[in-house]
Amino acid sequence: MNYYDLTAHEIHELLVKKEVTSVEVTNSVIERAEKTEPYIESYLERTFECAVNTARKVDEKIAKGEDISPLEGVPAALKDNLCTKGVKTTCASKMLENFVPCYDAFVVKKIKEQNSPVLGKLNMDEFAMGSSTETSYFKTTKNPYDINKVPGGSSGGCAAAVCAGSAVYALGSDTGGSIRQPASFCGVVGLKPTYGLVSRFGCVAFASSLDQIGPITRDVTDCANVLNSIVAHDELDSTSLDIPKVDYTKALTGDIRGMKIGIAADYIQDGINEDVKKAFLSAAETFKALGAQVGEYTMKAAKYALPAYYIISGAEASSNLARFDGIRYGYRSKKYEDLTELYKNTRSEGFGAEVKRRILVGTYALSAGYYDAYYKKAQKIRTVIINDFNEQFEKFDFIITPTTLSTAFSIGEKIENPLEMYLNDLCTVSVNIAGLPAISIPCGFDSGGMPIGLHIIGKALSEETILRAAYAFEQNTRFNKKRAIVKNKEGREI
Amino acid sequence: MKITSQDVEYVANLARLKIHDDEKDKLIADIESIIEFADVLSEVDTENIEPTYHAIKAQNVLREDIVTNNYDRDELLSNAPSKQDGCFEVPKVVE
Repeated sequence: MNYYDLTAHEIHELLVKKEVTSVEVTNSVIERAEKTEPYIESYLERTFECAVNTARKVDEKIAKGEDISPLEGVPAALKDNLCTKGVKTTCASKMLENFVPCYDAFVVKKIKEQNSPVLGKLNMDEFAMGSSTETSYFKTTKNPYDINKVPGGSSGGCAAAVCAGSAVYALGSDTGGSIRQPASFCGVVGLKPTYGLVSRFGCVAFASSLDQIGPITRDVTDCANVLNSIVAHDELDSTSLDIPKVDYTKALTGDIRGMKIGIAADYIQDGINEDVKKAFLSAAETFKALGAQVGEYTMKAAKYALPAYYIISGAEASSNLARFDGIRYGYRSKKYEDLTELYKNTRSEGFGAEVKRRILVGTYALSAGYYDAYYKKAQKIRTVIINDFNEQFEKFDFIITPTTLSTAFSIGEKIENPLEMYLNDLCTVSVNIAGLPAISIPCGFDSGGMPIGLHIIGKALSEETILRAAYAFEQNTRFNKKRAIVKNKEGREI
Repeated sequence: MKITSQDVEYVANLARLKIHDDEKDKLIADIESIIEFADVLSEVDTENIEPTYHAIKAQNVLREDIVTNNYDRDELLSNAPSKQDGCFEVPKVVE
């Protein structure tokens, strides 16, 4: 048995039964990482030694007869926009190439409290802006199912590592689909929680009203367990919700009889890949067979979500990235005569093209004379979108869409055309705009063997509903059981 | 919305970004296409709609004005590009 192929809950069972040690599991994942990384390139920074030390601590606990929690001793990795004390946190940008935080993000603290051996920091699109992990300053991560294809983005490193077996679970972030889209492209599970459920303290901000941190895992059970460990009120995030604690694993009943599901008529139209359409409609049939009622819906504001998103996220990004000025941390240009030149040269040399593009769009949308027409207008569209969703949730318990309209595309195929790249987020951005929870789970493969994702959206704070639906689907289809066979450029298994 | 070279220069200055001549044309074209893409928002009648800044109802959170954290100054300065005497060192700002 390859321990690196197992889910967290399978590893937990073996640890409890003392059939394996955490050190053995961690070493198995490390060896797998060392084997696959030359091809996949998902890690920016490795902390393997530290991980083994944590594993050893957990083994000592088990040897003493102490109880362990579901994630204890289970190797994990973190997207590189999550501050980790003493470990480089770069956001895949030259701007933070040598930045070492002196504190842990809230979620990192939580994962460390769980004694999950942390293997390292994972590649992403620069400052989380992208849908393919191609805007990373350092390297392009590859899709384990086909190394000529992208893993998706911006949490591409996370999805690729969990898919390839070089991490059992990961924490990513999602602003417009950045957990769900790569999860879909890599055939793994990715969940974006309700806005405010998971503290953003220590997550380098991109768009503060849209960003959320969430789990990327091999199955829905692991997703529920990771969610349990990172959801808590945090005083250091003023948008953190203070609500009663929930055990998300209690939602994993497999029973969805009588639930009403809305399927998006808008997305099953021109532009959708035929295999994705087939898998999506087949998923709807699976839900029907499990006793749910399926109805169609159309969102009035669907076509406005993507443009509104690029205005809102661009505007918020222009504000959030103003802090990168070469003064207190990060890159500073060597060429400047005065302060203004220091700022301009630092930022122009430190940021990549996509980041600069988004900052400029955002600054434009906020500038005098355009604020009302763009930023304020987009925030009004936001209200329309929220109302649109509320209407649907009066009729349905949850709604489903394909996560993306296509499967993973080739590296280099879309990077020159920003608008074409942005279309990858079509099905996912409205969820961030409305602050809703959503999960992407594997629901099939296209004719080329590339994974397809099913997107389940619930109303605010209905993680239990979407987990229940996802679990029911997963248990009756088992797409999550597939493991990627990583092949080299010659097509040979590595 | 047509974006001119002056528009981009003006906005770049606001954002403290420098645009090099060889990237100017593509950048203007890209930004124009994104802004044009967003122009579709004007189709929607939002006369009586309030903007939403927080999707989930948010309230400003306050706390007592007491120092509760205790960071080591050297740790906080550890990422500084240039420092001196426990301070960040910057070019002269005031003449």
